Amino acid sequence: MLKKAILMVSVLAVILSACGGDDGEASSAADCEVGATDGDLNFYNWSEYIDPELITAFEDEYGVSVIESFYESNEAMLSQIQGGVSYDLIVPSDYMVNIMISEELLVELNKDAIPNFANMDSDFTSQPYDDGANYSAAYQYGTTGLGVNTALVGEDFEASWALVFDPALTSEYPGGVSLLNDPRETMGAALMYLGYSLNDADADHLAEAVALIQDAKDNIAAFDSDQYDESLTAGEVAVAHGYSGNMIVSIGEADNPDDYVYVLPEEGATLWIDNMAIPTNAASVCTAHTFIDFLLDAENGATLTNWNYYGSPNAASQEFLDQEVIDFYADTASANTEVIEDQGDYEINYTDALAEAKS
Amino acid sequence: MSTELRDEPEAVEVTPELEADAERAQARQGFLVALPALGYLILFFAVPLLIVFVYSFATRSSTGRTLLQDWNLDSYRRLWDPLVGEIALRSVVLAVLTTVICLLLSYPLAYYMATRPPKTRNLMMVLVLIPFWSNFLVRTYAWRVLLGSDGPISQLSQALGGEPIRILFTNTAVLIGLVYGFLPLMVIPVYAALERMDWSLVEAARDLYAPGWAAFRKVTFPLSMPGVIAGSVLVFIPTLGAYVTPALLGGARTTLLGDYIVSQFLAARNQPFGSALSVAVMVVMLIAVVIYFRRGGRTL
Repeated sequence: MLKKAILMVSVLAVILSACGGDDGEASSAADCEVGATDGDLNFYNWSEYIDPELITAFEDEYGVSVIESFYESNEAMLSQIQGGVSYDLIVPSDYMVNIMISEELLVELNKDAIPNFANMDSDFTSQPYDDGANYSAAYQYGTTGLGVNTALVGEDFEASWALVFDPALTSEYPGGVSLLNDPRETMGAALMYLGYSLNDADADHLAEAVALIQDAKDNIAAFDSDQYDESLTAGEVAVAHGYSGNMIVSIGEADNPDDYVYVLPEEGATLWIDNMAIPTNAASVCTAHTFIDFLLDAENGATLTNWNYYGSPNAASQEFLDQEVIDFYADTASANTEVIEDQGDYEINYTDALAEAKS
Repeated sequence: MSTELRDEPEAVEVTPELEADAERAQARQGFLVALPALGYLILFFAVPLLIVFVYSFATRSSTGRTLLQDWNLDSYRRLWDPLVGEIALRSVVLAVLTTVICLLLSYPLAYYMATRPPKTRNLMMVLVLIPFWSNFLVRTYAWRVLLGSDGPISQLSQALGGEPIRILFTNTAVLIGLVYGFLPLMVIPVYAALERMDWSLVEAARDLYAPGWAAFRKVTFPLSMPGVIAGSVLVFIPTLGAYVTPALLGGARTTLLGDYIVSQFLAARNQPFGSALSVAVMVVMLIAVVIYFRRGGRTL
């Protein structure tokens, strides 16, 4: 019996030590020359987010290979990095950059090795999640708003969250509406409609938001984060809550693109910014710096944006952008937008709120 | 005993010690043969499960990291939250409903198959298995089209002068998808039980003037019980944690256990609570299965 107990304890100890992996290394700016490489680039990115020709161009120019791996959520990426898997370059979103900085998972960038950093629009170097952009370089940005089928909703509508939350409106729409199946985005949308901030952390306000969604639920066809754009252009739903890039692509590919429009609600919408960052356990830190510099080049930045249809944070790239993309993001700068900030211990309440709203 | 080598083994008197030795050697051999599978299971099943178990007592840091310290039962306390109970109840109801519908549909089919000539049986078995030739996700996407407002059901309704019908994004759609997906898992064990049944027992019952229904109730059905139990367990367990079907066909309109657990890991970054939920589901499932098998009165 005692033997068994000792075995159990030692097994647990091995597991725990394997899971801990905290070495508390102080991260200081890397010592890299401009254009230097120190091995192949292990690039961990969102899927369908970079033009393959940019990868090839980088490989040809610097004589290194780029190994691409993909993730579907910030949280999935975080757990890989925390699990000790080594990547040289990752693309975390705003709030995740903040989390990773406080967890000491990111290398401080050496701006001397990234001369093209000067191309960056200053709006993207002064974000609260990494003020001064010491650990991250903006990759692309986008918004979360509403795709509207004007053939079903009519041309004359107000760009408001009422399009998905007001039963007086939504009950008139054939097929109803769809919301993202994402606690922060969806509870955030409800909070904004109620006049609160996307980052509101008051339990009473959150309860109001839950009640709002419950009242609207009869006309909410789906909570969907994957096929909302296809559902919209297939006429399955009249209004879809979703991300700007997917919307613009799907609307462009629809049989009758003029019937669809993407709007940012006047009460406020999410602005999100994905960023290039280098994890502390990266093997090729200098190659990663060189790759960041390569993507921040004016023309390469434009190639990236013209391929994935998200917004470019690169001021020097603007003249090379397709008019379509420029038009699509023209309203974003003037719109009432907010970036999601991590709410620490309060964060778990959004998940339960959405689960409750769907009950 | 002499120590020199011989071609022919010497006849040895069988003593209890020798027998025990031989048994031990056999056990050792059996162990070695089973070792690869055992090692695989320990590494990829037992250890991860143990990690989930350990994590369920850990603490979530304010940045969402799992702190392996301050071990506590908070995550288990949260299981008594009414929201969790509501979600669990809804999932159980859906799983029971799916299992019962699968059984009602499968039993007559399996009975029909088992009473055909062997050649027909095999052909029908292949037909039942055909859906497994393509990916479950792909087949679920196909259902999206079939049940959508522009799908064949809706078109038929419109052709007959009715309204367009959308079954997609309803509980009915989830049920249709689950029954469709898990039906073969019920047909196969029930068919296997019926096929290897001794049909002369049914004849005997009829000879003793049991009417058809009584013969089925008293002989056939009890004898097929192992298949029914195996099929029910095979359908019930995956349905309870179903994630893809409710999301794709039901539009995730109601929170089910699978969805809730996934959101703990991927949205709330609350691994301790997600782990505690998983452990609770496994424990409840284990208890339910043990009771079910015991009540079935036999092991498989």
